[in-house]
Amino acid sequence: MLSQLRPSLILFAFFMLLTGIAYPLAMTGVAQALFPGKANGSLVTDNGTVRGSELIGQSFMSDRYFWPRISAAGNGYDAAASSGANLGSTSKKLLDRIAADAERVKAANGASTLPPDAVTASASGLDPDISPDYALLQVARVAKARNLAEDQVRTLVENQVRNPLLGIFGEPRVNVLALNRALDAMTPG
Amino acid sequence: MTFAGWLQIILVFAIVIAAAWPLGIAMAKLFTRAEPTGLERGLYRLAGVDAGKEQSWATYTFAMLAINFAGFVVLYLLQRLQFHLPLDPQGFSGVSEPLAFNTAMSFVTNTNWQSYGGETTMSHFVQMAGLTVQNFLSAATGIALAVAVTRAFARSEAKTLGNFWVDLTRATVYVLLPLAIVVGLAFMALGMPQTLQGSVEATTLEGARQVIALGPVASQEAIKQLGTNGGGFFNANSSHPFEGPSAWSDYLSIIAMLVVSSALPVMFGRMVGDIRQGRALLIAMLVMLIAAVGAIYWAEANGNPLLSQYGFASAANFEGKEVRFGLAMSALFAAVTTGLSCGAVNTMHASLTPLGGLVPMFLIQLGEILPGGVGSGLYGIIVMALISVFVAGLMVGRTPDYLGKKIESKEMKLAILAILILPLVILGFTAISAMLPLALSSLANAGPHGLSEILYAFSSAAGNNGSAFAGLNANTPWFNTTLGIAMALGRFAYIVPVMAIAGSLAAKKKIPQTQGSFPTHGALFIALLIGVILILGGLQYFPALALGPIVEHFAMLAGKSF
Repeated sequence: MLSQLRPSLILFAFFMLLTGIAYPLAMTGVAQALFPGKANGSLVTDNGTVRGSELIGQSFMSDRYFWPRISAAGNGYDAAASSGANLGSTSKKLLDRIAADAERVKAANGASTLPPDAVTASASGLDPDISPDYALLQVARVAKARNLAEDQVRTLVENQVRNPLLGIFGEPRVNVLALNRALDAMTPG
Repeated sequence: MTFAGWLQIILVFAIVIAAAWPLGIAMAKLFTRAEPTGLERGLYRLAGVDAGKEQSWATYTFAMLAINFAGFVVLYLLQRLQFHLPLDPQGFSGVSEPLAFNTAMSFVTNTNWQSYGGETTMSHFVQMAGLTVQNFLSAATGIALAVAVTRAFARSEAKTLGNFWVDLTRATVYVLLPLAIVVGLAFMALGMPQTLQGSVEATTLEGARQVIALGPVASQEAIKQLGTNGGGFFNANSSHPFEGPSAWSDYLSIIAMLVVSSALPVMFGRMVGDIRQGRALLIAMLVMLIAAVGAIYWAEANGNPLLSQYGFASAANFEGKEVRFGLAMSALFAAVTTGLSCGAVNTMHASLTPLGGLVPMFLIQLGEILPGGVGSGLYGIIVMALISVFVAGLMVGRTPDYLGKKIESKEMKLAILAILILPLVILGFTAISAMLPLALSSLANAGPHGLSEILYAFSSAAGNNGSAFAGLNANTPWFNTTLGIAMALGRFAYIVPVMAIAGSLAAKKKIPQTQGSFPTHGALFIALLIGVILILGGLQYFPALALGPIVEHFAMLAGKSF
């Protein structure tokens, strides 16, 4: 049995170097050479200022912007502390939260029904997307806040919808940061 | 439920089977090859391994325990001392004692339960040289053990089960590492970060400051899925957009999770000389798994009636889900990660509907054999197969045999010992925690969902899964310590009797199959096996589940909240 101790130590050291140092460092080198944009977080920049990541949702509260999903990450969209809300279906905390948000979102948009993603918390707290239905629901509010024609904003949303490939692979969605940046590009300031 | 949803689910399974079959055949060849390669020869000389010398079941098991213990000690120290080590761009301090114990045990046992949030606790060095190493080694350990158990059925009157060091090296260098490189490259192309940077600071469109945590994500994700480990780089695991950037990375994650565990029954069939035997095990696994996917999908599409009063356009439950995955991929991921012993999540299991959450919990409690963790799934279902032929033998009054090996009293006692460890640990610790104010203060949800949080935690730990009803604050001395113990028992106290069975069976003579033998490759055996798995699991856990998710389901229908 004691003869097993030497292999256990030497092989462990070997595997640590191979899988813990060589493998991740080599993969990092390849990633930085082949996919530098993605490897560094798919960042979105304006004249050198980082405005966020196209994969990571961010908080929008003003009427001038489309709103994202409810976030439980830190104080909301904290991209250094991802988290879901982790409340169960019969939780009073969940029902109270949804009741308050549903009232707020319905009132702000003059809506009577909501798509299910509008006031439910995402799994990561960093969901970059909303459903096309939720985006369309917000068109009137955003158009009014920006003094734009509703049709103009609706066309913008429709252009931002990413549909599943062949109608099968993936889910229809709208990236909120991309949509709001397109909105800013249309009406600067 | 939609047609497109089911089509995605079926395509994923089709790809898994198409990839697992040749992989299983290749693994059978790899683990029966007598001649070591040049690289192996050099390594064995350095490590003092005589590749030609095989080990008894006891020596094989001891060697496995020795390297796992070394891994545990090193990982514990790396976490405690991370502030002295390189690649700590966020400047994290040392991890506390109970958390370091829990995490070290968690990654050594292939559980990857995470009491911590990755991006707020662990330096890049610990993530790479600590956690990623154990992601490889715990999976390779599982594969090696599965190979040893397979040899017990392939051989006749043998004293040995192979050489652990050879099997471990081959599983790491020739199976897991090449697969991880391929999957890791694909993950990078699909958008996962891979950098040594700690974080970047962004100014959002509304002018707020957003710190975005980064790191070597893709390399860890690849082995996290392939090795059915499940420990994420970030707290939110595969639901985090950097761990699951799109539907495409999600398909690949699910396929990577399933492929090695599905290849092992094929390898088993090939090595015992009758591929139909492996096919029967794989069919039983996948039939039950697909039924579980359907159950979760159905429950989530029906949603939560308590929310209907707020005027939703659809009943679908989107709490704890990501828009880009939708219901079908969330249901598939939840079933696969618990049918395996993976534990990665792309949806928050705590926020599934009561029945939608019951299914993953029950899949863990069934022993994670559908198709189970890398290696552990195969030896787990072999134990169930032994019990099935024993039950069949009792019904017709004949000494049972499996693949020509007589199953006698000694093997059955060991098999029962193995399968009793999980319920003892899960139900025992859950019962104690449910009575301790110290433990109850960790709960995020009141009512039956609170009990479900505790029951899920100990099921996940003892079953070496690692997913959670994550409302529970498990980062306390009580939960870190007891969950750590549950993980160790669920892994090693299960392995020792299983290896003893393997040793005992290897020594027996392989008797030829006759007209009177019970065929173990056909539909009758598959049905019997499924029945035994469900009845054993149901008898053990139904009372506890009735007090958690089942009563919560009826409370929800009755309009009650807690």
